[in-house]
Amino acid sequence: MNLMNYLVLSTILFSVGATTVLVRRNAIIAFMGVEMMLNATNLALVTFARINGNLHGQVLAFFVMVVAAAEVVVGLAIIVAIYRTRRSASIDDVNLLKDVRDPA
Amino acid sequence: MTTLTLFAAVPGAEAAETVKATGPASAALWLILLPALSAALLLLLGRRADRWGHLLGVVAPVASCVLGFVIAIQLLGLDSSERLQHVDVGSWIDAGALNLRFGLLVDPLSVTFVMLITFVGSLIHIYSVAYMEHDINRRRFFAYLNLFVAAMLTLVLADSFLLLFFGWEGVGLASYLLIGFWNHEVDHGHKVGGATAMENSVASKKAFVANRVGDLGMIVAMGLLFAQLGTVAFHGRPGTHEAGVFDLVGHGDLSTAMATGIGLMLLLAACGKSAQFPLQSWLGDAMAGPTPVSALIHAATMVTAGVYLVVRSQPLFDQAPNARLVVAIVGAVTLLYGAIVGCAKDDIKKALAASTMSQIGYMMLAAGLGPVGYAIAIVHLVGHGFFKAGMFLGAGSVMHAMDDEVNMRKFGNLGRRMMFTYVTFGMGWLAIIGFPGLTGFFTKDSIIEAAFSSNAYEQSWQPYVFGTVTMVGAALTAFYMSRLFFMTFEGRARWEPGTHPHESPRLMTWPMVVLAVGSLGFGAFFGKMPWSHWNGRLSDWLAPSVGHPHEHATPVVAWPIITFGTMILVGLALWLAWTRFGSRAAQVPREAPPASPLVVAARKDLYQDEVNNGLLVIPGTYATRALVFTDGVVVDGAVRGVARGAVAVGDQARRPQTGFVRQYAATMAIGVVVLIIIVLAAQII
Repeated sequence: MNLMNYLVLSTILFSVGATTVLVRRNAIIAFMGVEMMLNATNLALVTFARINGNLHGQVLAFFVMVVAAAEVVVGLAIIVAIYRTRRSASIDDVNLLKDVRDPA
Repeated sequence: MTTLTLFAAVPGAEAAETVKATGPASAALWLILLPALSAALLLLLGRRADRWGHLLGVVAPVASCVLGFVIAIQLLGLDSSERLQHVDVGSWIDAGALNLRFGLLVDPLSVTFVMLITFVGSLIHIYSVAYMEHDINRRRFFAYLNLFVAAMLTLVLADSFLLLFFGWEGVGLASYLLIGFWNHEVDHGHKVGGATAMENSVASKKAFVANRVGDLGMIVAMGLLFAQLGTVAFHGRPGTHEAGVFDLVGHGDLSTAMATGIGLMLLLAACGKSAQFPLQSWLGDAMAGPTPVSALIHAATMVTAGVYLVVRSQPLFDQAPNARLVVAIVGAVTLLYGAIVGCAKDDIKKALAASTMSQIGYMMLAAGLGPVGYAIAIVHLVGHGFFKAGMFLGAGSVMHAMDDEVNMRKFGNLGRRMMFTYVTFGMGWLAIIGFPGLTGFFTKDSIIEAAFSSNAYEQSWQPYVFGTVTMVGAALTAFYMSRLFFMTFEGRARWEPGTHPHESPRLMTWPMVVLAVGSLGFGAFFGKMPWSHWNGRLSDWLAPSVGHPHEHATPVVAWPIITFGTMILVGLALWLAWTRFGSRAAQVPREAPPASPLVVAARKDLYQDEVNNGLLVIPGTYATRALVFTDGVVVDGAVRGVARGAVAVGDQARRPQTGFVRQYAATMAIGVVVLIIIVLAAQII
């Protein structure tokens, strides 16, 4: 089995995730895109570990999973909180963090 | 071998040793403390002391005078090797390498000054009680006068350059306060020559600033001494192995070049304080102060501090013949300068001020002559203290009688109305012009003789130049003083209508009488006789301080030619002044008539203010304006430019911050792609 196939799959998954984040307005969907990118990266990492014959990539993949889990907790909480106050899950509506010198 | 190297060799061999003070001399600190405490009390109590403040103000200098007299008698009874007494008061500044003790040097030179300051000062204090009677700030006036006396005594009793400088600044402060004493329009009864309060304030500031220029020289000189020798004390403390500046200089620890530099810096300081060329311009304006101030500070004592400084620093100047020559040149220039200005002034006080400048020029010249001149400079200084203070008090008495008029063209024929003033002023006048037998005859003649002395110079032609200058100066002195005297007391009355001249009260006339007696007899008793090789009593007394009683002038011209030549010149000048200003036939216009360019220039102080303005004030003003402009445009501009730049950068950096998360994500993605391309491209290349 050619390890290159895993890397190609990882690239496809990453691209799909990135595109999802860029084109979809729904925060949940965009979030799913982010998760897909992270998992694509994990796949690439374990593949590299296999290629190099050591555990560095796998260790890093574990770290990514832990961080992703934490990130999901915080991120989903934020999305729910925003939805409760603004009745919208569109990330384009959440655009207050910008120059307010001329709010017009 | 020149005579100069001989001189240079002498002082080291005879370096004077100070001894610990004994008896009354150990109480010398009280000389300073009495007037200082009185000044502090009068200033702190304020108006509460108004009723009796002037009495305390008189008692303090009189008490100092008595103590000074006791110390002088004590020193007279001691062997001359024990006359350099040192009072160690305590540690003053102890900072690392600089360990300076506060001490007083009680020696013949300082005691001479103590006697002059406290005696003439006491008389002037007494005079001021009456002179300032109608001034509601009389208490403050006496406080300042006492402050001056305390500072001046600190100056002359100091045992180090730094303590001397402390007193030096103190007298400068007192001078400033007293010149501008009438700086309020409302609260004084006097107006001097119609001068306004503003003009008085400006005059005091001018004196202050001119003095600061000189002080710079003093500070530099002290810095050089400290850097070179590690001390600024005059002598080492008795009983220790410390060495003072003069001890070290005597042992040749200072190179000639450095000694010359220090000497010139000290001369600059002396020029500022003593109104010598080129820092002379403040003295004429200083006459804005009350007349007793002019008599005490700007005639008898403070302005002579420069001469004191040069004479006190004698071991330094012995080491630097070139610096000494410059001192003599400055003295000669000022001597003629003051005399020329004095010939044209119509303001009685300003004419006397020009005369003071000129007489101090004599002293400076004498001090610049070296060992032959130090003592006679002090002799002339003390004699001058008597007759000039007396004449200033006389001028004050005249102004008192003439409703504070100072223009001599509006005086005339006052002699009949004010006998005391007339006679006492006359004594001072005869004394200063060198009338045979009076003080000036002995004190000034010995300076002229010393100026003609070949052993004071390196070049053989120098005695003729300096000697001639002093003789011409003597003739000019006779002319301007006689002009002043005749315009005031003789000739026709040219009074303003409504003035009723009257003699001043006794409190004012008696001090004048005492000073007139001093003008009469001081020179004959203390001075040097022209025909004698003996230097006179005061010179002998000063010998332990200034050294070389055996050094006397060896004039290149025989003494009768000098003495009688000077007398003939003085007589001619006197006759000229009499025909033009004194006799009944003389016409003295009440307005200054048009005159030759020289007279016009002299009336304007030989354009000293114009020169100062042109050389210093106007360029200085432009320089400060340029600096203000530079500060505003370049420095502030740079600061504001940085701020503006930051704002502009911020404006640009803000634009991408739109708030759309997806846009940020796209930017990041593009950035990552670009980075990858760059990295790959770098690897390929």
